[in-house]
Amino acid sequence: MKRLLCAALLLGLGACAPQYRATGDLGLVVERADGRLKLVESTHSTALASIPGLGDLSHASIVYSRDERFAFVFGRDGGLTKVDMLRAEIAGRVVQSGNSIGGAISQDGSLVAVANYTPGGVKVFDTDTMELVADIPAIGADGKASKVVGLEDAPGNIFAFSLYDAGEIWLLDMKDRTKPGLRKFPHIGKQPYDALVTEDGRYYMAGLFGEDGIALLDLWNPDQGVRRILDHYGRGQEALPVYKMPHLEGWAASGNLAFLPAIGRHEVLVVDMNTWREVGRVPVAGQPVFAMLQPGGRRLWVNFALPDNGKVQVVDVPSLKVIKTIEPGLAVLHMEFTPRGERVWMSARDSDQVSVWDTQSLEKVAEMPATKPSGIFFTARAHRMGL
Amino acid sequence: MKRLLPLLLLAALPAWAKEPDAARQLQLDSMLSQDCGSCHGMTRKGGLGSPLTLDAMRAQDDETLLYTILEGRPGTPMPPWKMLLSEADARWLVRRLKGENP
Ligand code: HEC
Repeated sequence: MKRLLCAALLLGLGACAPQYRATGDLGLVVERADGRLKLVESTHSTALASIPGLGDLSHASIVYSRDERFAFVFGRDGGLTKVDMLRAEIAGRVVQSGNSIGGAISQDGSLVAVANYTPGGVKVFDTDTMELVADIPAIGADGKASKVVGLEDAPGNIFAFSLYDAGEIWLLDMKDRTKPGLRKFPHIGKQPYDALVTEDGRYYMAGLFGEDGIALLDLWNPDQGVRRILDHYGRGQEALPVYKMPHLEGWAASGNLAFLPAIGRHEVLVVDMNTWREVGRVPVAGQPVFAMLQPGGRRLWVNFALPDNGKVQVVDVPSLKVIKTIEPGLAVLHMEFTPRGERVWMSARDSDQVSVWDTQSLEKVAEMPATKPSGIFFTARAHRMGL
Repeated sequence: MKRLLPLLLLAALPAWAKEPDAARQLQLDSMLSQDCGSCHGMTRKGGLGSPLTLDAMRAQDDETLLYTILEGRPGTPMPPWKMLLSEADARWLVRRLKGENP
């Protein structure tokens, strides 16, 4: 802690013996029950500091400034907290709504947007000053306030998001921050619950809870409107109860293949991104929550909802077969790859532990205690669109 | 399906017959804040799921809440929990939601 502080001060002041530190291998682990973050580094897999005072962090997510110096933490209680990764302390905090679900940082890094449940809408803040820049209530075509989900950044300082209750996709154009532009796509399907932007920033996809299918918007050709893909992937079978909503973030493509958690099924869907058709399914051990490709796309890592949330399965992409089932601990909530994918970190909430795995040997190489850990976020996210 | 059977049998017993023991109560408590919390918020103030605040819960009768927990609400993300919770478990949760047990 001290050392870190010194290094930080040094950047400007030169108060301690020279000892510089960069942020490229840093990250934050959310300790959700205690409103606390653990600052970690992934070169030696160690914890560096603890940062308390972030409020209700259930379902918290984090984005990073383009210089990887600051984290913006979206808490459940509507808190938006800016964290200094070098000083390991809070650099700013606003409680901007009653209840929020996540957010995104703009392409140029100057704006951070937060998606809110109550009152439903999106608020945009300046990343330097944390001042409010835009406040967009989410009133659907039905005239009712809607919860906002799946807020993602898109090229051109655009934020894309979905209205859960109204079933709409909106594009918020913040090129000119004094004149926010809004474009609405109604009737995209029932209950969009989460969304993603593809790595290249071209497509926005919203998963639908109320129907089998995905709403797809081509951000290069928004005039073509929203298309439905993977329609009726459940083929009329009775879906299993869904004890945890799947997450679409973590999407990546391997060649032309992309992978999506199937809702209410013990399957991962394999999609050909040229045709947007399903080309296969991988049977897995439970209902997938995250289906994440490791950087490079060779393997897919999948974790599960209750009652299978103690398992993680590794799928070999060329053969589409599960090659290993591991049990990292109780209630595995999240996985995060190191920037080039040689390791993956996993949080096991009910084991109060974070473990680090080698993605080649599939063996555990390190672990550390953490109190009820949930999300793990490395600074390399700063340079990926849609994260 | 096999796994369901014992639970169903359990559910058929009178509620007092199988009050969750201390260890189970701890599990249920953690489940309420963590797993239910993933939709209802860890402090139950709501999220994708409706708020489960004391006031909201006390405004409803026990049987309705019990039914919602065990059978879910079709057409919404609220799943039926009867595969993971016995009726006695669910009754204990209802009392917990209403602030009637410690
Ligand atoms: C996957 C998300 C999800 C999870 C997990 C979940 N719920 Fe729900 N729950 C909902 C939604 C959505 C509603 C609102 C349904 C509606 O619109 O009528 C709801 C409604 C309820 C209600 C009725 C509230 C009211 O005011 O009528 C109760 C009680 C409830 N849930 C209890 C629980 C309990 C107890 C658990 C954990 C064992 C749980 N829920 C887990 C999504 C969830």
